[in-house]
Amino acid sequence: MDNFELVILLLDATLRTSTPLILAALAGMFSERSGTINLALEGMMLGGAFSAAAVAYYVGNPWIGLLAAIGTTICLSLLHGFACITHKGNQVVSGMAINILMSGLTALVGIALFAQGGKTPSLDHGSRFQPITLPGADAVADVPVLGSIYSELLSGHNILVYVAFLAVPAAWWVMYRTRFGLRLRAVGENPGAVDTAGIGVVAMRYRAVMCSGVLVGMSGAYLSTAQGASFLQDMTAGKGYIALAAMVFGKWRPFPALFACLLFGFLDAAATRMQGVILPGIGEVPVQLVQALPYVLTVVLLAGFIGRATPPKSLGRPYVKER
Amino acid sequence: MNCKQVFSIIAVLAVSLPVTVFAVRASEIAPAVVYSTGGKFDGSFNQSAFEGADRFKQETGIDYREFELRNDTQSEQAIRNFAREGRDPIIVIGFQQATSLAKVAPEFPDTRFAIVDMVVDQPNVQSVVFREHEGTYLVGMLAAMASDTGTIGVVGGMDIPLIRRMTCGYALGALQAVSGIKVLENMTGTTGAAWNDPARGAELATTQIGLGADVVLQLAGGTGIGVLQAAADAGKLGIGSDANQNGLHPGSVLTSMVKHVDVAVFDAFEAARNGGWKPGIRSLGLAEGGIDWAFDDFNRDLITPAMKDAADAARNDIIDGRITVHDYMQDGTCPR
Repeated sequence: MDNFELVILLLDATLRTSTPLILAALAGMFSERSGTINLALEGMMLGGAFSAAAVAYYVGNPWIGLLAAIGTTICLSLLHGFACITHKGNQVVSGMAINILMSGLTALVGIALFAQGGKTPSLDHGSRFQPITLPGADAVADVPVLGSIYSELLSGHNILVYVAFLAVPAAWWVMYRTRFGLRLRAVGENPGAVDTAGIGVVAMRYRAVMCSGVLVGMSGAYLSTAQGASFLQDMTAGKGYIALAAMVFGKWRPFPALFACLLFGFLDAAATRMQGVILPGIGEVPVQLVQALPYVLTVVLLAGFIGRATPPKSLGRPYVKER
Repeated sequence: MNCKQVFSIIAVLAVSLPVTVFAVRASEIAPAVVYSTGGKFDGSFNQSAFEGADRFKQETGIDYREFELRNDTQSEQAIRNFAREGRDPIIVIGFQQATSLAKVAPEFPDTRFAIVDMVVDQPNVQSVVFREHEGTYLVGMLAAMASDTGTIGVVGGMDIPLIRRMTCGYALGALQAVSGIKVLENMTGTTGAAWNDPARGAELATTQIGLGADVVLQLAGGTGIGVLQAAADAGKLGIGSDANQNGLHPGSVLTSMVKHVDVAVFDAFEAARNGGWKPGIRSLGLAEGGIDWAFDDFNRDLITPAMKDAADAARNDIIDGRITVHDYMQDGTCPR
């Protein structure tokens, strides 16, 4: 196998591993641009993954599972909103509470429904999102370079991967080119001014966390019904936090966040391939070093190259109407 | 008191006496199990332990208590709680619990403990270890013979000597069966989370398949579910481990390296019940029936008679001592 093929495989894996991060990072962005810290991404992802797998198992259709996942995460985001927006609770605490709650609750419901220790039964082919072969992919597969880029790298992913990548320009358009987006950003920067203009801050923030719920629900469904074939307890394995880091890395903006997610995905994919590789002069690369690499690079890049990440001005501060 | 009453009292006593004796004997042991992280339905290691404990309960009617660790730090507390309650014997599953047990065991010198997969040197601890490398040697042979591409893979869980020993046996068996075969080897991680990350397992398996592997062995507990899934999705073969996982994806799981943790747990309970319990190291391998490879209706079509004959011959050679599978844990190397 030549090096070109290896690079294609590596990038292919990058797309797969960064998809849930992209969706979750966009979810976090919507919530945080409106002024509500969303540490609950991890827990919401778990909730979405569980609902998708459980419902898809009963119904036999991944789309219904996806809807269930989105429904679950919208409910969770409303819960988060109820605590943080309506009752002005501490947003970090509420987020962490949801994470802990969902880690236990998914397992509890899973044991009650399926009696497999919190796992859901494996889904068959019909109840999962299947790879889509883009038109003409087989025909051009033999064309050098471009053919294999198209047929191996771009084609053959499931629908949610494409949705995630299309969601980035869509989120950008909503955020920067619509009235809704303008108001959403304004609510996160200066809610007082928005209120003066006669727009409800609370309603605006609720809408933002619901957008967040829709996106993170998709990332949960991706884990359990597209990439995997069942739900396992704590299967998100910290992806929600990594997405949050990617969002900060991308300075709360869609395209930079996309690149941050791709970078994390790439490092993750590269890490699995670096194991046992003999480097000239160093010898075999230890597994531990390879796996710490993404985090080391994050620290280095954040400290040295990305520059200051400025959060929305009223992030984390509940809005109190002056009386 | 007339004759009739005396007789009836004697009759009652006669009926109840054996019952009381039996009840006393049955309550002589009050066993407990502490499962490792991953949970007792991991479809693998812990589940096997659970099945052993459950079989004991069904055969003897003696109930047992159990605890599932959420994380490794709970281990010490869980073991100590059971010991304080007077549970005996207490079986702890998994190498991660060794340090906790080494601490708790001396505090309860009259309680009998057993640990699976690790050696704890205490006078009241039985250490059950498996010679897994003998089993992976056999499935390595089968994998090599089933491979069309000349490349096979293995995905391990946490990077620990125990798993290295198994991957080493796998590679040696494969090379024995087909000389020059390429064996790809990946570990999922270096922390306990590595046992429970199916997405990463699937990614590692997909990578290996992309590099040409067409048979992939999983040695990663819950992570392995993702490995077998990825292999089945790609139309390749997976190999299960610990429990018999042939039925997970019928036709896409070549075989499973079965580790009879259930036998270890059952035997420890049974020995404690009939007084034959002994501390020290108990090593289970092919010869003792503690390790085997699974052959059933799910994989009957995948295993050719030639493959089965070769594996059976190698098994006999190992049992008779004609083949000694190199043990990575002896010297930390794997001579290929």
